[in-house]
Amino acid sequence: MTLVLEAAVLGILTGGVYALMASGLTLIFGVMRIINVGHGALVVLGAYLSFALFRSLHMDPFLSLVVTMPAMFALGVVLQLVFIRPLKTDREALSVLVTYALALGIEGVLGYVFTTNFVELRAWYETASFAVFGFHITWVYVFGFVLCLTILGALFLMLYRTSFGGAIRATMLNRTAAQLIGVDVDRVAAIAFGIGVATAAAGGVVFGITNAFNPGSHYDLISRLLTIIVLGGLGSLRGAVIAALIMLVSEDITQVLISPVWANFVFFVILVAILIVRPQGLYGVRVRDRI
Amino acid sequence: MSGTPTIAIRAGRLAALKGLGLVLVGILALILPLIAPDPATTGMAVFTVMYVGLASAWNIMGGYTGYISLGHAAFFGFGAYSFGLLLNHLNVAPGYLPFVLVPVAGLLTAVLAVGIGWVALRTRAATFVIVTIAFMFMLQLLGENLVKLTGGGAGLALPYSHDWGGGFFNVPYYYAMLVLAVLALVISWSIRRSKFGLGLLAIRDDEDKALAVGVPTRSFKLTAFVISAVLVGMIGAVYGYYVTYLYPQFAFDPLIGISMVLMAFLGGLGTVSGPVIGALLLEPAQMEFAYRFGASRLYLVFYSAVFLIVILLLPRGIVPSVADLVHRWRRGAAGPTTTARGSREAVKAASP
Amino acid sequence: MSLLEVKDLSKRFGGVVAVDSCSLTVPAGTITGLIGPNGSGKTTVFNLVTGFIAPDGGEVHFKARSIAGMGPDRIYALGIGRTFQLARIFPRLTALENMLVPVRRAGLKALLSRGAWGHEKERAMEMLAFMDISQVAGTLGGALSYGQRKLLELAAVMMAGPELVLLDEPAGGVNPALLERIAERIRELNRQGTTFLLVEHNMGFVMNLCHEVVVLHQGRAIAKGNPREVRENPAVLDAYLGT
Repeated sequence: MTLVLEAAVLGILTGGVYALMASGLTLIFGVMRIINVGHGALVVLGAYLSFALFRSLHMDPFLSLVVTMPAMFALGVVLQLVFIRPLKTDREALSVLVTYALALGIEGVLGYVFTTNFVELRAWYETASFAVFGFHITWVYVFGFVLCLTILGALFLMLYRTSFGGAIRATMLNRTAAQLIGVDVDRVAAIAFGIGVATAAAGGVVFGITNAFNPGSHYDLISRLLTIIVLGGLGSLRGAVIAALIMLVSEDITQVLISPVWANFVFFVILVAILIVRPQGLYGVRVRDRI
Repeated sequence: MSGTPTIAIRAGRLAALKGLGLVLVGILALILPLIAPDPATTGMAVFTVMYVGLASAWNIMGGYTGYISLGHAAFFGFGAYSFGLLLNHLNVAPGYLPFVLVPVAGLLTAVLAVGIGWVALRTRAATFVIVTIAFMFMLQLLGENLVKLTGGGAGLALPYSHDWGGGFFNVPYYYAMLVLAVLALVISWSIRRSKFGLGLLAIRDDEDKALAVGVPTRSFKLTAFVISAVLVGMIGAVYGYYVTYLYPQFAFDPLIGISMVLMAFLGGLGTVSGPVIGALLLEPAQMEFAYRFGASRLYLVFYSAVFLIVILLLPRGIVPSVADLVHRWRRGAAGPTTTARGSREAVKAASP
Repeated sequence: MSLLEVKDLSKRFGGVVAVDSCSLTVPAGTITGLIGPNGSGKTTVFNLVTGFIAPDGGEVHFKARSIAGMGPDRIYALGIGRTFQLARIFPRLTALENMLVPVRRAGLKALLSRGAWGHEKERAMEMLAFMDISQVAGTLGGALSYGQRKLLELAAVMMAGPELVLLDEPAGGVNPALLERIAERIRELNRQGTTFLLVEHNMGFVMNLCHEVVVLHQGRAIAKGNPREVRENPAVLDAYLGT
């Protein structure tokens, strides 16, 4: 029983990471109606950046965020301007291909620079843990979870308490209407993308601390993230967070109760179930294009 | 109108030229192994024709309906594995006999496609892409974890035709791929000219409007999906037989899935010849690049760069862009009188 | 004989009641107008009848057969066509191809057989000629002017020979000359046996064209009769002027 409890707790902790990464992804979809298939690669990129900083400057991974988050934000804005904004027609379809291409490019460059060997983000306190309910929780997981909560909290605050956040939400709800009330939707799109990529950097740190990774890890990551936002409902942040928790807790419990091999499978089982029962996801809206 | 006869003759000549070109390409394709028998060339030919088939098959769903599937590698791998398992369980001897059983792999793939399609098509275009990716990874997972069935990470062996020594080995596979590619093209072409095909294109343009004029969108989409998947599955089967040993990560390789999409895009989505041109241009380049830079992962940057350039500069693909240019050349070269009169006609037509 | 019978139809979106126990009938062979102030639920009724949204309550009967809850494609196959407020055609298909998309019978033979194809193309060209737009048969839908699109949309909807056609603001955004042409075409099609139900704001258009008029207000039908009766109905004036 403690095993299940431990798995549940672990699920919540890792769910936080995925919630953070998934929020960035669903935010990007909500504002620009594009599916950033390269989000996993950006997370891995963030992880590698922190890794490089650690390797050369012995910088603590959490500390490196001070550098990587702004850097990735800038990268996100640039990517949006150069590769996404020029897409005028067939946006949804083309953006999938563009972002996939970017993911491949990132994977290629990372593979060239860092080789395909698996690496991990290290911290000097990484083995420290504390005991609760008869099992141990490593502090790094808790730090990671707190980080994710903080950033998610900041994200929600920004979205619901600032005027820029209002502009983002307006664009998400109705792009044309937002334009009509004076929102610079192009700027909002670029900045939203930057924010999404910055959250990927944060996610990358926590992901890199808790998992061994290599440039090819983005495939597994993106398939999970995509499944999460489909479950949560494309464009819904609330949905992304809740879906991430559901998915990760289910996965960890399955790992303990059935087998690690089938734990991965849980994601897809839940996805298929959702698609059959409620294709728009938990908080999504059934879309009829125009009536 | 003085210009019309010239235009008509040009149109007739163009059609004749197209027909002639087609015949020439066909003959070249048939005799290729005879005029260039070295294994390097025939090897490249096998993969090139394979991608001609894959891109054309993918186009039937992605190009015509606009529902982009990034998970077609699922059907490719499934076709390969089911074919391998079929051959092994029936103890089929290597040689020419296995080729006869390729349609069976196609049938099995059809069953899978109906299942996946029924679930995946409950969503609209954006989510559909994601779901296809998810299903591909699911199948890859199954391939890795159903060890007793598929051999898991250790792989699955297929019958190996020893007596097809050295230089000859590639040839039967080349013709098998050629048959499948031609099949894909014929099916794609006939769909394009049928009411079913028009329905698919209508779905791509405006799905709700298509519904409003009676197009049974669910069944049309599912049909296109299954046809596309079956062709890909059969090509996967021949591929499996060709490489004689299957590993999950190479049979269900997302890069294969993305390559066929890129080729269809490069050539022109929704056209019949587009995927062919895309494959003919891209596959040899891809193989060359993988050969040179495969180890260092830089060939991924190549994919990435080509992809981005194509999408940003030639978003409609080669064939439609060229067709546009030709159309404009034909109109422009018809002479000033016609153009002036032509514009008066255009004004009259625009009066409502 | 009522071709279309709507009884106590209701639909709410969140807190907003769009259609509130609406009842109306469309007699066969008529041109019926559906009018009402903005927000009275007219387009929602259209969407409910043609299967784009499912009703919360009430019944819709076409030729005495219940069609509530059916999908738009089945409803078209049964014989109800519709046009949209902003004319919708397929931009990447030519005008002729637009005409060939509509499907009345989705049998395997019907879709694959080349035999009926030529016949269909002839009918399409006739229909285009009837709408006076045959010269744009080879032009892509996206390249047509708005007026041409409106005509094309109606022509295409008529291809499968629907008995009832719902027109959503056929007079919207068109110049007076084209307006008269559209009205004439509708009259002619009606003479040939098609029943029409149209939503319109252009009162002159409605009064000249319609045999019957139904007035919606806040999701309910508050008046019906011939154009003159409706025009003089105090409840209708109230609804429009808003007391």
